[in-house]
Amino acid sequence: MDKFNKLSGIAAPLPLINIDTDMIIPKQFLKTIKRSGLGVNLFDEMRYDDDRNEIPDFVLNKPQYRNAEILVAGDNFGCGSSREHAPWALLDFGIRCVIAPSYADIFFNNCFKNGILPIVLPQEQVDILMKDAEKGANARIEVDLDAQTITSSDGEVFTFDVDPFKKHCLMNGLDDIGLTLEKKSSITSYEAKLASERPWV
Amino acid sequence: MSPKTLYDKIWDAHVAHQAEDGTCLLYIDRHLVHEVTSPQAFEGLRMTGRTVHAPDKTIAVPDHNVPTTLDRAKGIENEESRIQVEALDKNAKDFGIHYYPVSDIRQGIVHIVGPEQGWTLPGMTVVCGDSHTATHGAFGALAHGIGTSEVEHVLATQTLIQKKSKNMKVEITGKLLPGVTAKDITLSVIGKTGTAGGTGYVIEYCGEAIRDLSMEGRMTVCNMAIEGGARAGLIAPDDKTFAYVMGRPHAPKGAQWEAALAWWKTLYSDDDAHWDKVVTLKGEDIAPVVTWGTSPEDVLPITGTVPAPADFTGGKVEAAKRSLEYMGLEPGTPLNQIKIDTVFIGSCTNGRIEDLRAAAEILKGKKVKDGMRAMVVPGSGLVRAQAEEEGLAQIFIDAGFEWRLAGCSMCLAMNPDQLSPGERCAATSNRNFEGRQGRGGRTHLMSPAMAAAAAVTGHLTDIREMM
Ligand code: SF4
Repeated sequence: MDKFNKLSGIAAPLPLINIDTDMIIPKQFLKTIKRSGLGVNLFDEMRYDDDRNEIPDFVLNKPQYRNAEILVAGDNFGCGSSREHAPWALLDFGIRCVIAPSYADIFFNNCFKNGILPIVLPQEQVDILMKDAEKGANARIEVDLDAQTITSSDGEVFTFDVDPFKKHCLMNGLDDIGLTLEKKSSITSYEAKLASERPWV
Repeated sequence: MSPKTLYDKIWDAHVAHQAEDGTCLLYIDRHLVHEVTSPQAFEGLRMTGRTVHAPDKTIAVPDHNVPTTLDRAKGIENEESRIQVEALDKNAKDFGIHYYPVSDIRQGIVHIVGPEQGWTLPGMTVVCGDSHTATHGAFGALAHGIGTSEVEHVLATQTLIQKKSKNMKVEITGKLLPGVTAKDITLSVIGKTGTAGGTGYVIEYCGEAIRDLSMEGRMTVCNMAIEGGARAGLIAPDDKTFAYVMGRPHAPKGAQWEAALAWWKTLYSDDDAHWDKVVTLKGEDIAPVVTWGTSPEDVLPITGTVPAPADFTGGKVEAAKRSLEYMGLEPGTPLNQIKIDTVFIGSCTNGRIEDLRAAAEILKGKKVKDGMRAMVVPGSGLVRAQAEEEGLAQIFIDAGFEWRLAGCSMCLAMNPDQLSPGERCAATSNRNFEGRQGRGGRTHLMSPAMAAAAAVTGHLTDIREMM
């Protein structure tokens, strides 16, 4: 997993609530057995028409947002299916950070496992950044994970919360499984206890 | 000892390690696996030279991609789907995990197979790379969906890195009125709390109306906890739970059964346990409901009318506008006048035997309206066999329904069972998202009896008029 520290990038505005993972990556692209290559199908049904031509109005099809690295969105982003293909598609497109008032639980976790930082901000602050994002390529938003700040293109600074453990993993690009296996003895002793207390498991 | 909720008790019994900041390694008792969200996880194990830590606690079954047509023995036509199912065949074999291949009569939707085979037991932690894992909460098991990286983590370590969620109580008091089902309860709760209302919580469903439900009804309720945003949904186990579990192939037997039972009986929320949020609905206030929009929170009683964007506030105004346009609906239209093209009965929400019985009850001696497409997809091969034995299959066939083999089918349309653009479907599944059942397809969620009624009349129908 790539380390995440600072990011200064173009933010694409997507002012919709309840953007579900079916929208982010429709099921026909879940048939892959790989993690890569999903970026072209990110938001597929909103991005292309029936003949697979790009829909010019969709934000990521606009020239100024083709290189967006940040997405600013509405409430409950990433709800629905647990598919990790959603963060894989975002990452493959180039999105490293999402800013929204709230996220669905599984999607939120999945982001951290893939080097994407999902930031929660109050609606008023998301509204300000949404306006900022609407300015297009001239407006770069800066995200500093270490300092836990976002700086708008006007220089306005917002602070955000992040779980310290998740922050540590993201900043160092750490593999969760490796970390857990370091605690293998706790798992083995739990299993010994389980075998005597609840042998039917 | 301080009073605990059911969730607190199950959580405490599964913490293998706790860090100072409260991050825990939660031990996982059952790991269910399907073909769509697992190939990358097994590949990850291979690349790092890791193995499956507890293969005897890992159960795999292909369900999302499998064809449900009667000729499926001839194989999967779509190459990518076929590769995905073949990858699961191989991974199950290579890593030595329990497996129900497509050719096995026990094959079906993973959330139906788990309980049916007795893999799901009270007080367990159950995970699966699938959001509807919440279903297993009906047994008083802490069950939730995970992403593929977490699938790999559980395969390699049999644990998950977790922080505890908050406790939410959803109480349904009193009795349900005739025609009102578990599906109407769960949809009505989401209608009330919204799709983000449960975010950050584990819900425990309780109250007389929940106690009165069968195990299958309870599974329907918990199945959609995720649609309310919750990490998991739980129902305290009781005699109905124990009776359902007893004698199933992988349920404990003999002395182990007695020991298990003794522990299971301690699994309830203490009287003065702390709840971070409480929602109460009166059973008598719940009507047969349908969804009108493209979010599961877009729920109304069948006696209602299509709302207008102006009826909402905030971000929902724009969302409602978009939904109505997508659904091709005019505000003010009575819901029971909405014409339907297709009926889909099945899914892990409503693909069990009682669901098929409820639908067949309505269809007995009746016909699917001319020009409509209707299909029943049983949740497992065993459900299908039982429905044939009880004569339900014949009722469906006589009415003009297609009688399919088990799988996810048109719930998410990864296999060839799909809606075409503009096609309107009465579905017993759980998601009415844009494109969920096929690009441009329009989904109305409802109970099996309501879906059957729509098949007969050709429009959304108040089931109480047919009883
Ligand atoms: S039936 Fe539908 S919701 Fe259930 S597991 Fe299959 S695709 Fe998911």
